[in-house]
Amino acid sequence: MSVILELNKVTKRFGGLVAVNAVDLRIATGSISSVIGPNGAGKTTIFNTITGIYRPDEGDIRFDGQTIVGMRPDRITAQGMCRTFQNIRLFHNMTVLENILVGAHTKTPSTAWGAVLRTRQFKRAEEEARQEAQRLLLYVGLPRGLGDQLARNLPYGQQRRVEIARALASKPKLILLDEPTAGMNPQETESATRLFRKLRDDLGITVVLIEHDMKVVMGISERISVIDYGQKIAEGTPAEVRTDQRVIEAYLGRHAESTIISMH
Amino acid sequence: MSAHATSTNRFLRIFGGPFGALLALLYAVGVTYLLTLDPRSLLARLLLFSALALIYFIPQRPAVKFLLGALLVLMVVPAVGLRNPFLLEIGFQVAVFATLALGLNVVVGFAGLLDLGYIAFFAVGAYLWAFFGSQQIWHIDEPPGTFTVYATFPFPAWWFWLFIPLGILAAAGMGIILGFPVLRLRGDYLAIVTLGFGEVIRVLANNLDKPINLTNGPQGITPIQRPPLPEFLTNPALLATLSQWAGRPINANDIYGFFFYFLGLLILGVTIIIARRLDRSKLGRSWTAIREDDVAAVAMGVPLRRTKLTAFAIGAAFSGAMGVLYAANRTFVSPETFSLTASISILVMVILGGLGSIPGVVMGAAVVTLLNIDILQSLSLQLSSLRQGADSIPLLGIPWKNLPTQLDPARYQRFFFGLLLILMMIFRPEGMVPAERARLELHEDEGEAILNAEIEGDIAPDEKLAD
Repeated sequence: MSVILELNKVTKRFGGLVAVNAVDLRIATGSISSVIGPNGAGKTTIFNTITGIYRPDEGDIRFDGQTIVGMRPDRITAQGMCRTFQNIRLFHNMTVLENILVGAHTKTPSTAWGAVLRTRQFKRAEEEARQEAQRLLLYVGLPRGLGDQLARNLPYGQQRRVEIARALASKPKLILLDEPTAGMNPQETESATRLFRKLRDDLGITVVLIEHDMKVVMGISERISVIDYGQKIAEGTPAEVRTDQRVIEAYLGRHAESTIISMH
Repeated sequence: MSAHATSTNRFLRIFGGPFGALLALLYAVGVTYLLTLDPRSLLARLLLFSALALIYFIPQRPAVKFLLGALLVLMVVPAVGLRNPFLLEIGFQVAVFATLALGLNVVVGFAGLLDLGYIAFFAVGAYLWAFFGSQQIWHIDEPPGTFTVYATFPFPAWWFWLFIPLGILAAAGMGIILGFPVLRLRGDYLAIVTLGFGEVIRVLANNLDKPINLTNGPQGITPIQRPPLPEFLTNPALLATLSQWAGRPINANDIYGFFFYFLGLLILGVTIIIARRLDRSKLGRSWTAIREDDVAAVAMGVPLRRTKLTAFAIGAAFSGAMGVLYAANRTFVSPETFSLTASISILVMVILGGLGSIPGVVMGAAVVTLLNIDILQSLSLQLSSLRQGADSIPLLGIPWKNLPTQLDPARYQRFFFGLLLILMMIFRPEGMVPAERARLELHEDEGEAILNAEIEGDIAPDEKLAD
């Protein structure tokens, strides 16, 4: 089993608060994994540390066998890792197509000189990028013709899809999805889950999710890591994690069982 | 030109079709006629400007509009300029400030980096040619005001042409030098630092007259060489013909008026093309992306540092070229020109015209410049001529000559800017000619109608594409 992403004892502190505490994580190439945990457990901080937005205080992060600690976020994206955000961060005043084109930044070979001189190479690169963006738009299940709309005008569920299309435009080997079904209704969630599986099955992209919807997590993940108070408290297949005592405690509280009993 | 089609109101619609084109042409001809009747009339000048603005807005094919605009700008203005050179001067200044505004628009409008010291880059270009194009290099050891003016210059006048690209490079370099320390700053903090930078350049220009005299201090540098005119333009036969047409003697100095007018237009034209092309390129998208959300932009692979620095460098480069041209046109450069108010004026042009909108910014520059150097001045002039006479103000019965000079319109320049800005912010916050993006924002309702129509019946579209 080859490993695409490996975290070794990664620690991130904010002042006195240890947001991520010596977390080890191994993501197998071509897998679908989830990171779960209660609110404030440090899941998003782990994503931010992986993608270079934060620099870890300790530990090593290896992507494709190469350390990426201290690398600029845009360089990390160029290496083949891309993400979406928990609180959708589209470029609201750009069109949907432009959003996706920004995602294709590292894969569009056009230069500023080419743009000013309108070289043939520039025109070809732009045209190809546009066609690819249009293709991605359809791929993530958005209707044709949506490309010219401003991102801000889209309903929530569609914005989530645009964010995924934008991330796909960087042609990633690994995609990190931060609560991608938050705020979706059951149908939308189901359709989104199918899309995540498609990313792996059709495109061969390794998928890592942060997710709260246990139906999604249990249904799609091959491996689940559970984070609580910045530490990894459990790891395994959905079946293993479901029955893990520490996980139950983390989610329901230490005296969950007794509380439930006493309520009756 | 869908932008115009949707915003076309009923008045402008009469300018559609071949009949409309003819109507616009008639209007242009009418304005030209008025201008030839009285080349000095402020009203005729304003009508000329309105004709240009009208041509931009009418629903015609770009080629038709371009032709009509070119007719006015390249033929009517120079022809009338023969009789009233002030028209060429206004045209030149509009070109200068429109170029500056376009440069600032790259930084503020496209990349969203508020720069309050933009005039500094104009100063760099202007002082570059002022130093090498004047006799300053001979006076480097002499304190200001003590030296004589010689008949010759240290460097040939044609070096001017070399200094246009050099001015671009120097200003772009300054843009990068300013860019580095402010890379981490945003919003208000960025504005304050850039404001400081602008002041530093002005204060440097003011004080670099000692220990070595580089800028000649507050007195400024003069005379500065103008580029040599080609032989055929100063040929006596041509001057004689032109004098006959103009009804007044035309000399080499008048020819310079035309020369700078056309050169200013040329640089403006090139700037517009570059700004447009960059806006619609990968770099333009990166600028907009960092303006919208820099964290997301970086996560998508946009290099923050380089993207911001290119915005500063390219924005500065435009004004560097104009600085060189301006120094040659004035033959005089002093720190006064590069004050904070000048930076703010340019910002006003950008905001008034429409942040991020290229035609808007050019129009904003035209309006502010006209207000600055033409409308208010002309009104002041008329007022002072009334003050000479014995007439009274109608209704009030107070003699004009008792009117205090404090009420001189030219003194209320800043007041009018402020008023104009406030009115714009209330009634048209997106500017006179809003950027495409701002326009889309304001037509959200229309957008949603289209959206809903397309979404209907589209429950799980991803499955259809599963092949």
